[in-house]
Amino acid sequence: MLIKIAKPSDLHESDVTPESIYLSRRRFMGGMAGLGAGLALSGNVHANADYSDVPDGDAPPWLKEKISDTQWRAITPSNPEKDKIAPFDDASGYNNFFEFGTDKGDPARYAGSLETQPWSVVIDGEVNNGGRFALEDIAKPSQFEERIYRLRCVEAWSMVIPWLGIPLADIIKRADPTSKAKYVRFETLVDPEQMRGQRSSFSIIDWPYVEGLRLDEAMHPLTIMAMGMYGRELPNQNGAPLRLVVPWKYGFKSIKSIVRISLTEEQPVNSWQKIASDEYGFYANVNPKVDHPRWSQATERRLPNSLFSPNTIETRMFNGYEDEVAELYAGMDLRKHY
Amino acid sequence: MAAPKIWLLWRVGVFLAALTPLLFWSWQVANNAAGPEPGRYLLLNIGIGGLWMLLLTLSLTPLTKLTRWKGFALIRRQLGLWTLAYATLHMLSYALFILGLNWALLGSEIVKRPYIIVGMIALIGLAVLGATSNKWSMRKLGKRWKPLHKFSYAILGLVLLHFFWVVRADMGEWAMYAAIAALIMATRLPPVARTLPKLRYRFSHT
Repeated sequence: MLIKIAKPSDLHESDVTPESIYLSRRRFMGGMAGLGAGLALSGNVHANADYSDVPDGDAPPWLKEKISDTQWRAITPSNPEKDKIAPFDDASGYNNFFEFGTDKGDPARYAGSLETQPWSVVIDGEVNNGGRFALEDIAKPSQFEERIYRLRCVEAWSMVIPWLGIPLADIIKRADPTSKAKYVRFETLVDPEQMRGQRSSFSIIDWPYVEGLRLDEAMHPLTIMAMGMYGRELPNQNGAPLRLVVPWKYGFKSIKSIVRISLTEEQPVNSWQKIASDEYGFYANVNPKVDHPRWSQATERRLPNSLFSPNTIETRMFNGYEDEVAELYAGMDLRKHY
Repeated sequence: MAAPKIWLLWRVGVFLAALTPLLFWSWQVANNAAGPEPGRYLLLNIGIGGLWMLLLTLSLTPLTKLTRWKGFALIRRQLGLWTLAYATLHMLSYALFILGLNWALLGSEIVKRPYIIVGMIALIGLAVLGATSNKWSMRKLGKRWKPLHKFSYAILGLVLLHFFWVVRADMGEWAMYAAIAALIMATRLPPVARTLPKLRYRFSHT
Protein backbone atom coordinates (compact mmCIF):
# COMPACT_ATOMS: atom_id res chain seq x y z
CA MET A 1 0.00 0.00 0.00
CA LEU A 2 1.32 3.40 -1.02
CA ILE A 3 1.29 6.35 1.29
CA LYS A 4 -0.54 9.14 -0.42
CA ILE A 5 1.02 12.51 0.08
CA ALA A 6 -1.66 14.99 1.00
CA LYS A 7 -2.28 17.78 -1.43
CA PRO A 8 -1.57 21.31 -0.22
CA SER A 9 -5.28 22.00 -0.66
CA ASP A 10 -6.13 19.50 2.04
CA LEU A 11 -6.54 20.26 5.71
CA HIS A 12 -4.49 22.82 7.55
CA GLU A 13 -4.15 23.36 11.24
CA SER A 14 -6.02 26.61 10.87
CA ASP A 15 -9.05 24.97 9.25
CA VAL A 16 -10.88 24.44 12.46
CA THR A 17 -14.39 25.51 11.54
CA PRO A 18 -16.07 22.16 11.05
CA GLU A 19 -18.80 23.01 8.53
CA SER A 20 -16.55 24.60 5.99
CA ILE A 21 -14.27 21.61 6.07
CA TYR A 22 -16.95 19.01 5.88
CA LEU A 23 -18.54 20.76 2.97
CA SER A 24 -15.24 20.71 1.17
CA ARG A 25 -14.71 17.03 1.76
CA ARG A 26 -16.32 14.86 -0.83
CA ARG A 27 -16.06 11.73 1.27
CA PHE A 28 -18.20 13.15 4.04
CA MET A 29 -20.91 14.46 1.78
CA GLY A 30 -22.97 11.31 2.07
CA GLY A 31 -23.49 12.03 5.71
CA MET A 32 -24.80 15.54 5.36
CA ALA A 33 -28.38 14.47 4.67
CA GLY A 34 -29.09 14.18 8.37
CA LEU A 35 -28.18 17.78 9.14
CA GLY A 36 -31.00 19.60 10.80
CA ALA A 37 -33.61 17.08 9.78
CA GLY A 38 -32.53 14.56 12.37
CA LEU A 39 -32.59 10.84 11.94
CA ALA A 40 -35.67 10.55 9.77
CA LEU A 41 -33.98 11.95 6.69
CA SER A 42 -30.78 10.02 7.13
CA GLY A 43 -32.57 6.69 7.17
CA ASN A 44 -31.81 6.20 3.52
CA VAL A 45 -28.21 7.23 3.99
CA HIS A 46 -27.55 4.75 6.73
CA ALA A 47 -29.60 1.66 7.22
CA ASN A 48 -29.05 1.34 10.96
CA ALA A 49 -29.64 4.92 11.98
CA ASP A 50 -32.22 3.90 14.53
CA TYR A 51 -31.25 3.73 18.18
CA SER A 52 -34.63 2.66 19.47
CA ASP A 53 -33.19 -0.59 20.83
CA VAL A 54 -30.44 1.24 22.74
CA PRO A 55 -31.28 1.40 26.45
CA ASP A 56 -31.79 4.85 27.94
CA GLY A 57 -29.10 6.03 30.28
CA ASP A 58 -29.23 8.37 33.19
CA ALA A 59 -28.03 11.59 31.62
CA PRO A 60 -28.36 14.87 33.53
CA PRO A 61 -30.84 17.33 31.98
CA TRP A 62 -28.15 19.56 30.46
CA LEU A 63 -26.64 16.58 28.63
CA LYS A 64 -30.03 15.36 27.40
CA GLU A 65 -30.59 18.84 26.03
CA LYS A 66 -27.20 18.88 24.28
CA ILE A 67 -27.89 15.49 22.76
CA SER A 68 -31.31 16.48 21.46
CA ASP A 69 -29.66 19.40 19.68
CA THR A 70 -27.05 17.20 17.99
CA GLN A 71 -26.00 17.66 14.41
CA TRP A 72 -26.71 14.06 13.48
CA ARG A 73 -24.57 12.19 10.99
CA ALA A 74 -22.02 15.03 10.84
CA ILE A 75 -19.40 12.55 9.67
CA THR A 76 -20.20 9.10 8.39
CA PRO A 77 -18.12 6.38 6.75
CA SER A 78 -17.84 6.75 3.00
CA ASN A 79 -18.85 3.12 2.64
CA PRO A 80 -21.61 2.47 5.19
CA GLU A 81 -22.18 -1.02 3.85
CA LYS A 82 -18.63 -2.02 4.70
CA ASP A 83 -18.42 0.07 7.85
CA LYS A 84 -21.61 -1.03 9.56
CA ILE A 85 -22.24 0.38 13.03
CA ALA A 86 -21.56 -2.25 15.69
CA PRO A 87 -24.54 -3.23 17.84
CA PHE A 88 -24.72 -1.14 21.02
CA ASP A 89 -24.40 -4.25 23.19
CA ASP A 90 -21.07 -5.10 21.56
CA ALA A 91 -19.67 -1.58 21.68
CA SER A 92 -20.68 -1.24 25.32
CA GLY A 93 -20.03 -4.82 26.41
CA TYR A 94 -16.69 -5.65 24.85
CA ASN A 95 -13.87 -3.20 25.26
CA ASN A 96 -10.70 -2.37 27.15
CA PHE A 97 -10.80 -0.05 30.12
CA PHE A 98 -8.09 -1.43 32.37
CA GLU A 99 -9.20 0.74 35.28
CA PHE A 100 -11.97 -1.84 35.64
CA GLY A 101 -10.11 -5.07 34.83
CA THR A 102 -8.37 -6.83 31.99
CA ASP A 103 -11.17 -8.97 30.59
CA LYS A 104 -13.12 -7.29 27.79
CA GLY A 105 -16.28 -7.89 29.75
CA ASP A 106 -14.89 -6.33 32.94
CA PRO A 107 -15.61 -2.69 32.05
CA ALA A 108 -19.30 -3.46 31.47
CA ARG A 109 -19.37 -5.63 34.60
CA TYR A 110 -17.68 -3.24 36.99
CA ALA A 111 -17.88 0.32 35.67
CA GLY A 112 -21.27 0.84 37.30
CA SER A 113 -19.40 1.92 40.41
CA LEU A 114 -18.08 5.01 38.65
CA GLU A 115 -19.77 8.23 39.78
CA THR A 116 -19.88 10.61 36.81
CA GLN A 117 -22.17 13.34 38.13
CA PRO A 118 -20.99 15.91 38.94
CA TRP A 119 -17.77 15.89 36.94
CA SER A 120 -15.16 18.56 36.51
CA VAL A 121 -12.04 18.82 34.42
CA VAL A 122 -8.87 20.72 35.18
CA ILE A 123 -7.45 22.55 32.19
CA ASP A 124 -3.97 23.79 32.95
CA GLY A 125 -0.41 24.19 31.73
CA GLU A 126 0.40 26.53 28.86
CA VAL A 127 -2.97 28.27 28.74
CA ASN A 128 -4.19 31.77 29.55
CA ASN A 129 -7.65 30.61 30.50
CA GLY A 130 -7.10 27.60 32.75
CA GLY A 131 -8.86 26.35 35.81
CA ARG A 132 -11.32 23.75 36.96
CA PHE A 133 -14.45 23.60 34.84
CA ALA A 134 -17.71 21.76 35.29
CA LEU A 135 -18.24 19.35 32.41
CA GLU A 136 -21.43 21.18 31.58
CA ASP A 137 -19.52 24.40 31.00
CA ILE A 138 -17.00 22.65 28.79
CA ALA A 139 -19.76 21.14 26.67
CA LYS A 140 -22.20 24.04 26.46
CA PRO A 141 -20.60 26.47 23.98
CA SER A 142 -20.34 23.89 21.18
CA GLN A 143 -23.02 21.99 19.32
CA PHE A 144 -22.84 18.21 19.64
CA GLU A 145 -22.00 16.36 16.47
CA GLU A 146 -22.48 12.73 15.68
CA ARG A 147 -19.33 11.22 14.26
CA ILE A 148 -19.45 7.66 13.01
CA TYR A 149 -15.87 6.49 13.19
CA ARG A 150 -13.98 3.26 12.77
CA LEU A 151 -12.21 2.38 16.00
CA ARG A 152 -9.12 0.24 15.47
CA CYS A 153 -7.72 -1.38 18.60
CA VAL A 154 -3.99 -2.04 18.76
CA GLU A 155 -4.99 -5.65 19.45
CA ALA A 156 -6.10 -6.00 15.79
CA TRP A 157 -9.85 -5.80 16.19
CA SER A 158 -12.12 -2.94 15.21
CA MET A 159 -15.69 -1.67 15.49
CA VAL A 160 -17.63 1.20 13.94
CA ILE A 161 -19.09 3.47 16.60
CA PRO A 162 -21.37 6.53 16.40
CA TRP A 163 -19.96 9.04 18.88
CA LEU A 164 -21.54 12.24 20.13
CA GLY A 165 -19.22 15.02 21.09
CA ILE A 166 -17.54 18.29 20.30
CA PRO A 167 -14.28 19.06 18.54
CA LEU A 168 -11.37 19.09 20.96
CA ALA A 169 -10.20 22.17 19.07
CA ASP A 170 -13.17 24.12 20.50
CA ILE A 171 -12.07 23.34 24.05
CA ILE A 172 -8.44 24.15 23.38
CA LYS A 173 -9.24 27.43 21.65
CA ARG A 174 -11.34 28.52 24.60
CA ALA A 175 -8.47 27.71 26.95
CA ASP A 176 -6.32 30.10 24.89
CA PRO A 177 -2.97 28.29 24.64
CA THR A 178 0.22 30.27 25.07
CA SER A 179 2.88 30.30 22.38
CA LYS A 180 4.77 27.64 24.32
CA ALA A 181 2.00 25.04 24.02
CA LYS A 182 3.16 22.22 21.74
CA TYR A 183 1.37 19.17 23.13
CA VAL A 184 -1.78 18.20 24.95
CA ARG A 185 -1.62 15.80 27.86
CA PHE A 186 -4.69 13.97 29.19
CA GLU A 187 -5.25 12.18 32.46
CA THR A 188 -7.88 9.66 33.54
CA LEU A 189 -9.45 9.70 36.98
CA VAL A 190 -7.59 7.84 39.72
CA ASP A 191 -9.95 6.44 42.34
CA PRO A 192 -9.28 2.86 43.43
CA GLU A 193 -12.53 2.94 45.41
CA GLN A 194 -14.50 3.31 42.22
CA MET A 195 -12.10 1.63 39.81
CA ARG A 196 -11.30 -1.88 40.87
CA GLY A 197 -8.54 -2.37 38.29
CA GLN A 198 -6.56 0.32 40.10
CA ARG A 199 -6.69 -1.78 43.26
CA SER A 200 -4.81 -4.68 41.67
CA SER A 201 -1.30 -5.00 43.01
CA PHE A 202 -0.28 -6.83 39.82
CA SER A 203 -1.21 -4.01 37.46
CA ILE A 204 1.47 -3.04 34.98
CA ILE A 205 -0.06 0.39 34.47
CA ASP A 206 1.18 3.18 36.69
CA TRP A 207 -2.03 5.14 37.38
CA PRO A 208 -3.23 7.62 36.31
CA TYR A 209 -3.55 6.54 32.71
CA VAL A 210 -1.94 9.26 30.62
CA GLU A 211 -2.24 10.03 26.93
CA GLY A 212 -0.99 12.80 24.73
CA LEU A 213 -1.31 14.42 21.33
CA ARG A 214 0.72 16.91 19.40
CA LEU A 215 -1.14 20.24 19.36
CA ASP A 216 -1.88 20.01 15.62
CA GLU A 217 -3.29 16.50 16.10
CA ALA A 218 -5.44 17.76 18.96
CA MET A 219 -6.69 20.70 16.86
CA HIS A 220 -7.49 18.49 13.88
CA PRO A 221 -11.21 18.59 13.05
CA LEU A 222 -11.51 14.79 13.24
CA THR A 223 -10.39 14.80 16.88
CA ILE A 224 -13.32 15.00 19.26
CA MET A 225 -14.15 14.85 22.93
CA ALA A 226 -17.06 12.45 23.16
CA MET A 227 -19.77 12.61 25.81
CA GLY A 228 -22.19 10.25 24.16
CA MET A 229 -22.65 7.41 21.70
CA TYR A 230 -25.57 5.71 20.00
CA GLY A 231 -27.75 8.75 20.55
CA ARG A 232 -27.33 8.75 24.34
CA GLU A 233 -24.70 9.61 26.93
CA LEU A 234 -21.59 7.45 27.21
CA PRO A 235 -22.01 4.31 29.27
CA ASN A 236 -19.48 4.33 32.11
CA GLN A 237 -17.53 1.46 30.57
CA ASN A 238 -16.93 3.49 27.42
CA GLY A 239 -15.24 6.31 29.25
CA ALA A 240 -18.03 8.40 30.72
CA PRO A 241 -18.50 11.22 31.08
CA LEU A 242 -15.76 12.59 28.83
CA ARG A 243 -13.37 10.78 26.55
CA LEU A 244 -11.11 11.48 23.64
CA VAL A 245 -11.72 9.98 20.19
CA VAL A 246 -8.90 10.13 17.64
CA PRO A 247 -10.05 7.86 14.83
CA TRP A 248 -6.77 7.52 12.93
CA LYS A 249 -4.86 6.27 15.96
CA TYR A 250 -5.04 2.99 17.85
CA GLY A 251 -7.82 2.91 20.38
CA PHE A 252 -5.60 3.21 23.43
CA LYS A 253 -4.87 6.83 22.48
CA SER A 254 -8.54 7.66 22.98
CA ILE A 255 -8.28 8.08 26.74
CA LYS A 256 -11.39 7.70 28.87
CA SER A 257 -12.99 9.40 31.90
CA ILE A 258 -10.75 12.43 31.59
CA VAL A 259 -10.20 14.69 34.61
CA ARG A 260 -7.29 16.77 33.39
CA ILE A 261 -6.20 18.35 30.13
CA SER A 262 -2.81 20.06 30.16
CA LEU A 263 -1.15 22.00 27.40
CA THR A 264 2.57 21.35 27.57
CA GLU A 265 5.80 22.36 25.95
CA GLU A 266 7.34 18.91 26.31
CA GLN A 267 6.03 15.77 24.66
CA PRO A 268 4.08 13.83 27.30
CA VAL A 269 5.00 10.22 28.01
CA ASN A 270 1.81 8.22 27.48
CA SER A 271 1.12 5.21 29.69
CA TRP A 272 1.69 2.47 27.14
CA GLN A 273 4.90 4.03 25.92
CA LYS A 274 6.08 4.06 29.51
CA ILE A 275 5.17 0.39 29.98
CA ALA A 276 6.67 -0.93 26.75
CA SER A 277 8.27 1.65 24.50
CA ASP A 278 9.29 -1.02 21.98
CA GLU A 279 5.64 -1.92 21.49
CA TYR A 280 3.80 1.37 21.85
CA GLY A 281 4.96 4.77 20.76
CA PHE A 282 3.72 8.31 21.27
CA TYR A 283 2.05 8.55 17.88
CA ALA A 284 0.34 5.14 17.63
CA ASN A 285 -1.08 5.97 14.23
CA VAL A 286 -2.87 3.01 12.69
CA ASN A 287 -0.32 1.61 10.25
CA PRO A 288 -0.65 -1.78 8.57
CA LYS A 289 3.04 -1.79 7.69
CA VAL A 290 4.39 -1.48 11.21
CA ASP A 291 3.65 -4.60 13.21
CA HIS A 292 3.23 -4.76 16.93
CA PRO A 293 6.20 -6.91 18.00
CA ARG A 294 3.79 -9.58 19.19
CA TRP A 295 1.28 -9.59 16.33
CA SER A 296 0.69 -8.36 12.82
CA GLN A 297 -1.12 -5.08 12.21
CA ALA A 298 -1.70 -5.79 8.51
CA THR A 299 -5.26 -6.97 9.10
CA GLU A 300 -7.98 -6.52 11.67
CA ARG A 301 -11.04 -8.44 12.78
CA ARG A 302 -14.09 -6.26 12.30
CA LEU A 303 -16.48 -6.97 15.16
CA PRO A 304 -18.91 -8.45 15.72
CA ASN A 305 -17.71 -11.48 13.83
CA SER A 306 -18.69 -15.10 13.92
CA LEU A 307 -16.82 -18.32 14.38
CA PHE A 308 -16.20 -19.28 10.80
CA SER A 309 -16.11 -15.83 9.32
CA PRO A 310 -13.58 -13.95 11.43
CA ASN A 311 -14.43 -10.92 9.26
CA THR A 312 -10.76 -10.22 8.75
CA ILE A 313 -10.22 -7.09 6.68
CA GLU A 314 -7.13 -5.24 5.56
CA THR A 315 -6.09 -2.51 7.93
CA ARG A 316 -5.88 0.84 6.20
CA MET A 317 -3.21 3.47 6.65
CA PHE A 318 -4.34 5.93 9.33
CA ASN A 319 -7.39 3.70 9.74
CA GLY A 320 -8.75 4.96 6.42
CA TYR A 321 -8.43 8.65 7.35
CA GLU A 322 -5.30 9.09 5.30
CA ASP A 323 -6.70 11.85 3.07
CA GLU A 324 -7.51 13.91 6.13
CA VAL A 325 -4.46 13.41 8.33
CA ALA A 326 -1.47 12.23 6.29
CA GLU A 327 -0.30 15.80 5.96
CA LEU A 328 0.28 16.02 9.69
CA TYR A 329 3.08 13.51 9.32
CA ALA A 330 4.66 14.66 6.08
CA GLY A 331 8.35 13.88 6.06
CA MET A 332 8.22 11.78 9.20
CA ASP A 333 9.55 8.24 9.33
CA LEU A 334 6.48 6.44 10.59
CA ARG A 335 8.47 3.28 11.25
CA LYS A 336 10.51 5.21 13.74
CA HIS A 337 7.63 7.27 15.09
CA TYR A 338 5.18 4.41 15.61
CA MET B 1 -16.38 -57.57 40.77
CA ALA B 2 -17.65 -54.28 42.14
CA ALA B 3 -14.27 -52.60 42.39
CA PRO B 4 -13.34 -52.49 38.69
CA LYS B 5 -16.75 -51.08 37.89
CA ILE B 6 -16.20 -48.24 40.34
CA TRP B 7 -12.86 -47.40 38.73
CA LEU B 8 -14.49 -47.44 35.32
CA LEU B 9 -17.16 -45.07 36.58
CA TRP B 10 -14.48 -42.82 38.05
CA ARG B 11 -12.66 -42.67 34.77
CA VAL B 12 -15.81 -42.01 32.77
CA GLY B 13 -16.75 -39.33 35.30
CA VAL B 14 -13.40 -37.62 34.85
CA PHE B 15 -13.78 -37.89 31.09
CA LEU B 16 -17.15 -36.19 31.19
CA ALA B 17 -15.91 -33.53 33.59
CA ALA B 18 -13.03 -32.69 31.26
CA LEU B 19 -15.37 -32.59 28.29
CA THR B 20 -17.97 -30.38 29.97
CA PRO B 21 -16.17 -27.01 29.61
CA LEU B 22 -15.75 -27.57 25.88
CA LEU B 23 -19.44 -28.39 25.52
CA PHE B 24 -20.39 -25.40 27.65
CA TRP B 25 -18.33 -22.93 25.63
CA SER B 26 -19.63 -24.40 22.37
CA TRP B 27 -23.17 -24.04 23.68
CA GLN B 28 -22.47 -20.41 24.57
CA VAL B 29 -21.12 -19.71 21.10
CA ALA B 30 -24.11 -21.42 19.49
CA ASN B 31 -26.46 -19.27 21.57
CA ASN B 32 -24.68 -15.97 20.90
CA ALA B 33 -23.66 -15.77 24.53
CA ALA B 34 -19.93 -15.57 23.87
CA GLY B 35 -19.69 -11.88 22.96
CA PRO B 36 -18.92 -10.18 19.66
CA GLU B 37 -15.77 -12.22 19.08
CA PRO B 38 -16.70 -15.85 19.75
CA GLY B 39 -13.52 -17.20 18.17
CA ARG B 40 -11.33 -15.28 20.57
CA TYR B 41 -13.61 -16.31 23.42
CA LEU B 42 -13.00 -19.97 22.58
CA LEU B 43 -9.29 -19.39 22.02
CA LEU B 44 -8.73 -17.84 25.45
CA ASN B 45 -10.98 -20.17 27.40
CA ILE B 46 -9.56 -23.29 25.81
CA GLY B 47 -6.06 -21.99 26.43
CA ILE B 48 -6.71 -21.47 30.13
CA GLY B 49 -8.56 -24.81 30.20
CA GLY B 50 -5.47 -26.50 28.77
CA LEU B 51 -3.32 -24.95 31.48
CA TRP B 52 -5.73 -26.28 34.09
CA MET B 53 -5.48 -29.76 32.53
CA LEU B 54 -1.70 -29.61 32.65
CA LEU B 55 -1.68 -28.43 36.27
CA LEU B 56 -4.17 -31.14 37.25
CA THR B 57 -2.14 -33.81 35.47
CA LEU B 58 1.01 -32.74 37.27
CA SER B 59 -0.71 -32.62 40.64
CA LEU B 60 -1.71 -36.29 40.47
CA THR B 61 1.66 -37.70 41.51
CA PRO B 62 1.99 -35.55 44.66
CA LEU B 63 -1.67 -36.22 45.45
CA THR B 64 -1.04 -39.96 45.21
CA LYS B 65 1.93 -39.61 47.52
CA LEU B 66 -0.12 -37.61 49.93
CA THR B 67 -3.20 -39.84 49.99
CA ARG B 68 -2.08 -43.14 48.49
CA TRP B 69 -5.45 -43.20 46.75
CA LYS B 70 -5.29 -45.31 43.62
CA GLY B 71 -7.79 -43.17 41.71
CA PHE B 72 -5.35 -40.38 40.97
CA ALA B 73 -2.87 -42.60 39.16
CA LEU B 74 -5.68 -44.10 37.12
CA ILE B 75 -6.55 -40.81 35.41
CA ARG B 76 -3.03 -39.54 34.78
CA ARG B 77 -2.82 -40.65 31.18
CA GLN B 78 -6.33 -39.46 30.49
CA LEU B 79 -5.68 -35.97 31.85
CA GLY B 80 -2.38 -35.82 30.00
CA LEU B 81 -4.23 -36.57 26.78
CA TRP B 82 -6.86 -33.98 27.66
CA THR B 83 -4.05 -31.46 28.01
CA LEU B 84 -2.93 -32.35 24.50
CA ALA B 85 -6.52 -32.14 23.23
CA TYR B 86 -7.07 -28.68 24.75
CA ALA B 87 -3.71 -27.45 23.47
CA THR B 88 -4.52 -28.70 19.97
CA LEU B 89 -7.95 -27.08 20.03
CA HIS B 90 -6.35 -23.86 21.30
CA MET B 91 -3.96 -23.81 18.35
CA LEU B 92 -6.74 -24.72 15.90
CA SER B 93 -8.91 -21.92 17.32
CA TYR B 94 -6.08 -19.52 16.61
CA ALA B 95 -5.57 -20.76 13.05
CA LEU B 96 -9.29 -20.98 12.24
CA PHE B 97 -10.97 -18.18 14.16
CA ILE B 98 -8.24 -15.57 14.52
CA LEU B 99 -6.24 -16.00 11.33
CA GLY B 100 -9.20 -17.28 9.32
CA LEU B 101 -7.06 -20.15 8.00
CA ASN B 102 -4.74 -17.74 6.27
CA TRP B 103 -1.83 -20.17 5.90
CA ALA B 104 0.64 -17.56 4.73
CA LEU B 105 -0.07 -15.45 7.79
CA LEU B 106 0.09 -18.52 10.04
CA GLY B 107 3.49 -19.38 8.58
CA SER B 108 4.91 -15.91 9.11
CA GLU B 109 3.36 -15.54 12.59
CA ILE B 110 4.84 -18.85 13.74
CA VAL B 111 8.29 -17.69 12.72
CA LYS B 112 8.00 -14.09 13.90
CA ARG B 113 6.21 -14.17 17.24
CA PRO B 114 8.14 -15.50 20.21
CA TYR B 115 5.00 -16.36 22.18
CA ILE B 116 3.70 -18.43 19.29
CA ILE B 117 7.05 -20.17 18.83
CA VAL B 118 7.06 -21.10 22.51
CA GLY B 119 3.45 -22.25 22.31
CA MET B 120 4.16 -24.41 19.28
CA ILE B 121 7.16 -26.02 20.97
CA ALA B 122 4.98 -26.82 23.99
CA LEU B 123 2.32 -28.28 21.71
CA ILE B 124 4.85 -30.45 19.87
CA GLY B 125 6.18 -31.60 23.24
CA LEU B 126 2.68 -32.54 24.38
CA ALA B 127 2.12 -34.40 21.12
CA VAL B 128 5.30 -36.42 21.66
CA LEU B 129 4.23 -37.28 25.20
CA GLY B 130 0.73 -38.14 24.00
CA ALA B 131 2.09 -40.41 21.28
CA THR B 132 4.28 -42.25 23.76
CA SER B 133 1.64 -42.56 26.48
CA ASN B 134 0.38 -46.00 25.39
CA LYS B 135 1.46 -49.30 26.94
CA TRP B 136 3.37 -50.35 23.83
CA SER B 137 5.53 -47.22 23.94
CA MET B 138 6.05 -47.60 27.66
CA ARG B 139 7.37 -51.11 27.15
CA LYS B 140 9.42 -50.12 24.13
CA LEU B 141 11.00 -47.13 25.89
CA GLY B 142 11.55 -48.98 29.16
CA LYS B 143 13.70 -46.97 31.52
CA ARG B 144 13.81 -44.04 29.16
CA TRP B 145 10.03 -43.51 29.39
CA LYS B 146 10.10 -41.73 32.73
CA PRO B 147 12.82 -39.18 31.92
CA LEU B 148 11.08 -38.52 28.58
CA HIS B 149 7.80 -37.78 30.34
CA LYS B 150 9.49 -35.49 32.79
CA PHE B 151 9.57 -33.10 29.83
CA SER B 152 6.07 -32.22 31.01
CA TYR B 153 7.79 -30.01 33.61
CA ALA B 154 9.56 -28.10 30.86
CA ILE B 155 6.28 -27.88 28.94
CA LEU B 156 4.65 -26.30 31.97
CA GLY B 157 7.43 -23.70 31.95
CA LEU B 158 6.94 -23.03 28.24
CA VAL B 159 3.18 -22.70 28.66
CA LEU B 160 3.63 -20.16 31.45
CA LEU B 161 6.11 -18.23 29.31
CA HIS B 162 3.64 -18.30 26.40
CA PHE B 163 0.97 -16.93 28.75
CA PHE B 164 3.37 -14.34 30.24
CA TRP B 165 4.13 -12.92 26.81
CA VAL B 166 0.45 -12.47 26.01
CA VAL B 167 -0.33 -10.42 29.11
CA ARG B 168 -0.84 -6.73 28.38
CA ALA B 169 -1.96 -4.84 31.44
CA ASP B 170 -2.20 -6.86 34.63
CA MET B 171 -0.12 -9.79 35.84
CA GLY B 172 -2.61 -10.89 38.50
CA GLU B 173 -4.12 -13.88 36.71
CA TRP B 174 -0.78 -15.02 35.39
CA ALA B 175 0.79 -14.73 38.84
CA MET B 176 -1.93 -16.95 40.29
CA TYR B 177 -1.27 -19.73 37.79
CA ALA B 178 2.48 -19.34 38.18
CA ALA B 179 2.09 -19.69 41.95
CA ILE B 180 0.00 -22.86 41.59
CA ALA B 181 2.58 -24.25 39.14
CA ALA B 182 5.41 -23.40 41.54
CA LEU B 183 3.58 -25.17 44.35
CA ILE B 184 3.03 -28.29 42.27
CA MET B 185 6.65 -28.34 41.14
CA ALA B 186 7.85 -27.75 44.69
CA THR B 187 6.25 -31.05 45.73
CA ARG B 188 8.75 -32.75 43.46
CA LEU B 189 11.79 -31.42 45.27
CA PRO B 190 13.31 -34.45 47.00
CA PRO B 191 12.92 -33.19 50.61
CA VAL B 192 9.28 -32.25 49.98
CA ALA B 193 8.58 -35.43 48.05
CA ARG B 194 9.90 -37.46 51.00
CA THR B 195 7.70 -35.56 53.43
CA LEU B 196 4.42 -36.09 51.59
CA PRO B 197 3.92 -39.76 52.60
CA LYS B 198 4.86 -38.86 56.19
CA LEU B 199 2.19 -36.17 56.20
CA ARG B 200 -0.36 -38.79 55.23
CA TYR B 201 0.89 -41.04 58.04
CA ARG B 202 0.53 -38.22 60.53
CA PHE B 203 -3.00 -37.32 59.36
CA SER B 204 -4.17 -40.91 59.46
CA HIS B 205 -2.91 -41.32 63.03
CA THR B 206 -4.43 -38.30 64.68
